[in-house]
Amino acid sequence: MRYSIFSLAKAALSGHKGWTRAWRDPQPKKHYDVVIVGGGGHGLATAYYLAKEYGIRNVAVLEKGWIGSGNAGRNTTIIRSNYMLPGNTGFYELSMKLWERQEQDLNYNTMVSQRGIINLYHSDAQRDAFARRGNVMRINGIDAELLDGEQIRKVLPFLNYNNARFPVMGGLWQPRAGTARHDAVVWGYARAADSFGVDIIQNCEVTGFARDQNGKITGVETARGTIGAGKVGMAVAGSTSRVAALAGMRLPIESHVLQAFVSEAIKPLIPGVITFGAGHFYVSQSDKGGLVFGGDLDGYNSYAQRGNMPVMEDVCEGGMALMPMIGRVRLLRQWGGIMDMSMDGTPIIDKTPIDGLYLNAGWCYGGFKATPASGLVFAHLLARDEPHEEAKRFRLDRFRRGAMIDEKGQGAQPNLH
Amino acid sequence: MRIACPFCGERELGEFTYLGDAAPKRPLAFAADGAEQPDAQDLFFDYVYLRDNIAGDMNERWYHGGGCRSWLTVTRNTTTHEIKAVRAAPGAGAQKPAKAGAIS
Repeated sequence: MRYSIFSLAKAALSGHKGWTRAWRDPQPKKHYDVVIVGGGGHGLATAYYLAKEYGIRNVAVLEKGWIGSGNAGRNTTIIRSNYMLPGNTGFYELSMKLWERQEQDLNYNTMVSQRGIINLYHSDAQRDAFARRGNVMRINGIDAELLDGEQIRKVLPFLNYNNARFPVMGGLWQPRAGTARHDAVVWGYARAADSFGVDIIQNCEVTGFARDQNGKITGVETARGTIGAGKVGMAVAGSTSRVAALAGMRLPIESHVLQAFVSEAIKPLIPGVITFGAGHFYVSQSDKGGLVFGGDLDGYNSYAQRGNMPVMEDVCEGGMALMPMIGRVRLLRQWGGIMDMSMDGTPIIDKTPIDGLYLNAGWCYGGFKATPASGLVFAHLLARDEPHEEAKRFRLDRFRRGAMIDEKGQGAQPNLH
Repeated sequence: MRIACPFCGERELGEFTYLGDAAPKRPLAFAADGAEQPDAQDLFFDYVYLRDNIAGDMNERWYHGGGCRSWLTVTRNTTTHEIKAVRAAPGAGAQKPAKAGAIS
């Protein structure tokens, strides 16, 4: 069923009883050309692009719980491409371009809203660093503009400009950045992939890998039996080390918990996304009106999908420092998600040393914005056995080669990226 | 999470800083006779970058910066956050390592 104003009007006139389910609930087949482990945004996008761009339609996406129940439903929905290092810049801009046409591509309202992002700066040195980042972006054809304090005051009059430690001197603005509706992104890719014949199999945890005498992967053991596969792609960020361990691999990844918060709904206040990096705080406003905000990792290894009080306090202090009015709004919900923190803060999209097993991992806390491009380049890798042009630096062996992509310059301490 | 420091008693999490898994051991680049270890590159790659990333009980290094400033070894379950044991890390407190580089 194609969605349009006409399908909506027709359904409305018949009491909304004619809607069909958006994707099937198939039994797993004995064998697929490609099995994707992980039914989050990245896994479903991979299946969609495999079918659409690379003509591989005998594909299954296996999900332990229900699709979008992991980090795809736990992020703060921000999309942007304000990266500086070679490897990241082109990749995230590819993603941004795919976001801009996503709703037409998927025939699904993913509520892509390009309201802009402003990264605030508080010193001459930080301004210079942001100017450099903005220049790199513009050289690469990405929109960026350096705003001074007066320009920020016009769009964000409610900030505290008199903070003695971190006075707001200006910000780096990417107008094309914004937000998208995370659940809709999952459902949109699921529906579009399903329409090409991709089987989306939920409640199907992978418990092991089937391998032949040469060690090549021939399929996966699951809670619903063995499923054969020509190739297996892992897109299970947060649990990558656990799934990789089933194949005997150790990876340059630690799992850490990141918390996010949403307030009660209020009238429109925040025009786009504001980041206050110096205060470990960022905020945007959802279409429902809630202020969606977050800060730093809790900082210790965790698979628990929940965090602790010190970081909640720290995030709220950051919010109060930046915009004291936030103290008048009540916190509605708070939750945690498990991040695949890689050793340089950058993702890994590559073949593994095991024949037939492919890896999409290490998204740290930047996975949501990457969803479309991650799907496209991972599909390219699975279909062609060679990296996509925009993902050729995201190799697994870059740590051994010393070719890290460390945007923050933090070194191999994952809880600080 | 609250951590019961063996020197200070039970304290709130904000007083502590996390380093990570206590398992990785810094390898030796050179043998006792000064010769370079042939597999030193592999050993250092493993030490710096690869992690078991355990789901379950893990021995970790925590630093009690808001208290006694001791390094602690904490056994904690990473899937539940339950803390099962806290003890001074070798070399912390009154206990000193036998010689430099022998921290285990």
